Amino acid sequence: MNSNGSEYVLQMKGITKQFPGVTALDSVDFIVRQNEIHALIGENGAGKSTLVKIVSGVIQQNDGQIFFNKNLMTIRNPQHAQSIGISTIFQELHLIPDLSVGENILLGREPKRKFRLVDWKALHQTANSILQEIDLELDTHAIVRNLSIAQKQMVMIARALSLQASLIIMDEPTATLTPLEIDSLFKLIRNLQDKGKTVIFISHKLDEVFEISERITVLRDGKLVNTLATKDTSKDEVIQLMVGRTLDEEFPDRTPVIGNEMIAVREISTGKGISNISFNIRSGEVIGLFGLVGAGRTEVVRAIFGIDRLSSGEIFLDRKPVKIGSPKDAISHGIAFATEDRKSQGLILGMSVKENITLPNMNAVTVFSFVKHHSEKQTVESYIEKLNIKTPNLDQEALKLSGGNQQKVVIARWLCAKPKVLILDEPTQGIDVGAKREIYLLINELVKQGLAILMISSELPEILAMSDRILVMHRGRITGEFSKNEATPENVMACAAGLVR
Amino acid sequence: MRKFLHQYGILIVLGIMVVIMSFLSPRFLTISNFFNISRQISVMAIVAVGMTFVILSAGIDLSVGSIVAVTGIMISFFVQKADLSILIAVMGGLLISLVVGLTNGILIAKVKIPFFIVTLATMVIGRGICFIITGGFPISQLGESFQKVGRGYISFFPVPVLIMLMVYLVAYVILHHTSFGRYVYAIGGNEEASKLVGLSVDRIKIFIYGICGLTSGIGALILTSRMNSGDPNMGTGMELDAIAATVIGGTSITGGKGWIWGTLIGAYIMGILNNGLNMLNVSAYYQMAVKGLVILIAVRLQRGLEVE
Repeated sequence: MNSNGSEYVLQMKGITKQFPGVTALDSVDFIVRQNEIHALIGENGAGKSTLVKIVSGVIQQNDGQIFFNKNLMTIRNPQHAQSIGISTIFQELHLIPDLSVGENILLGREPKRKFRLVDWKALHQTANSILQEIDLELDTHAIVRNLSIAQKQMVMIARALSLQASLIIMDEPTATLTPLEIDSLFKLIRNLQDKGKTVIFISHKLDEVFEISERITVLRDGKLVNTLATKDTSKDEVIQLMVGRTLDEEFPDRTPVIGNEMIAVREISTGKGISNISFNIRSGEVIGLFGLVGAGRTEVVRAIFGIDRLSSGEIFLDRKPVKIGSPKDAISHGIAFATEDRKSQGLILGMSVKENITLPNMNAVTVFSFVKHHSEKQTVESYIEKLNIKTPNLDQEALKLSGGNQQKVVIARWLCAKPKVLILDEPTQGIDVGAKREIYLLINELVKQGLAILMISSELPEILAMSDRILVMHRGRITGEFSKNEATPENVMACAAGLVR
Repeated sequence: MRKFLHQYGILIVLGIMVVIMSFLSPRFLTISNFFNISRQISVMAIVAVGMTFVILSAGIDLSVGSIVAVTGIMISFFVQKADLSILIAVMGGLLISLVVGLTNGILIAKVKIPFFIVTLATMVIGRGICFIITGGFPISQLGESFQKVGRGYISFFPVPVLIMLMVYLVAYVILHHTSFGRYVYAIGGNEEASKLVGLSVDRIKIFIYGICGLTSGIGALILTSRMNSGDPNMGTGMELDAIAATVIGGTSITGGKGWIWGTLIGAYIMGILNNGLNMLNVSAYYQMAVKGLVILIAVRLQRGLEVE
């Protein structure tokens, strides 16, 4: 490897970042050349986001050095990163929705007239010239709230350019774009390269990475596995590097033993955009619910769990129609729901592991609502052992556990409530590979005991490997149903994209 | 060690204050002065118990001072004007305080008006009602036996101090040994998640504000008895003292974290400050400013311990 460094725009050496209970990055050496399009890939939890946050000053590394344009840098905060020429376009776009495109591009740097009043004419002219520079057609007077996500991204990119960014980082920019929008984004990225910019492109979609990048860096479990020239490698090789093992190792086998129907929903619709959803789940069965972001998967679950009101349709448990008006009703009917966002909707982060686990089922550990501390402790200990939750003690704050162990706490909590139907929304999101496998083993164990499981996931391999049946949603409707044998990545994806009816 | 400092750091602050005061005034560290301070803080400390429940649940109750006044006046009214027996008058007063608290809770949880607005409104309404009923004049001369609550002793313990300790003990049992207590922390820690684990968040909140009303009522009972009158101005500004005692005691203003004994320590810190500054003949105007500074310093010290 060339080590004189003259052509490197960014050089990170031995970057290590620890969060409570987990090492997110483990002495990563990451090098980006001047004027290249560099793809950074890896599975969820591989450390991509952490690396990006360090480069863009959102968080600081515990150890290691960063050289930017050959200068040793301590990137103190996002403003500092921007001032030295590093701009990051995060997934959640940091725009002010009620201001215009022009105001957003030049936010905080508005051209001024006399008495420090904003020179609106100059503002829109400047914004316009930036947009033209990269061939973007966008009205600078348009209000950002009314733009599509793709257009908002373009505003962010224009803002980066107006900040004289030389290194532009895009964190999964294609995640919520249509194929057409992705094409125009790629055109824009190449355009940026022609203008002399360097781009780091983060994705876990290999097709895109191979289309746009010149070099690929693969992260796995917080370590940098390799950096390869795109033209010298293959998708298979990259997958191998990302996963580090073959797929059948990743997903443990299960012989399904399927029993009676546990829950059925018939033609349910809600005001939140799902319509005429029907399916059932039987004892011992895992149903995978797949769809792209915004397809309405979580909304289906929210309806079943009594969070959103049904506008029509019925829910049956043990073949009897039931009314579910609140999560409390749902729980009393034996439904448990491990939410997608563990931190904001699942755990009470400031409470202990013990308190989190017994929370929905305090009746089991109280007499006349007085806590039986000894029996609570025993109950919790048994689940910690059963689920192999790694925690120094029962009174550890949930906040301080790693993602995988937090997820296990959420599952333990629901098992404690002895459910018949368990809904898991993105159960392996943001947890490392080893912990994922443990979650899969747990799912297998639970269905073996006769539970009915509904699993929502955005990861196609996970859905294909773990589900006995797969339901695919697009725009609030079910557009496909497959048995395990029928399902292929192609036909499931086609339904998710709305290409098949 | 860190956890120890986090929980007991406030005790260290209290200890430092006691040491400093003992050096500055020889009369400070005596049993009689200790009971004196305890009696002085008892009303506010009891009100702060309810405030601790509310703040733990990530709320705030600005109406406690007015609830104290409403309750005090109603008890005085029952005793003096309606000539009811003391027991019935007291029960009636406490019931009123409970109902006002529950009303706060219902407006917050069911009618969905933000807690800040609801309790701000009941604070003003409550004070208004006091003036309407009394015409602005205190209702005094409540009789010898009624004064025992505020001025009496059981062996050599002042009755208000005993009541205060009992209220704290009950609060401790509720918060740490019942499922309801667990739910208070859960709602404050993450209301959304609490709903999703099936807690009846609305009902729990209504109870929490009910408790806060009731402790204000108990405080009012002691205060009315000690002053031997119900004054429409009583309890003015008490919400701020109660909030101060709670946050000095380590309860997080964003909810979910806190310690009921911390609130009692917080109340003592405020009491020692008042007492000490009086002994040192510091003017009341300076006292206010010093009190504000101590709140800032005490809370900052705890945060510091939390971070390191």
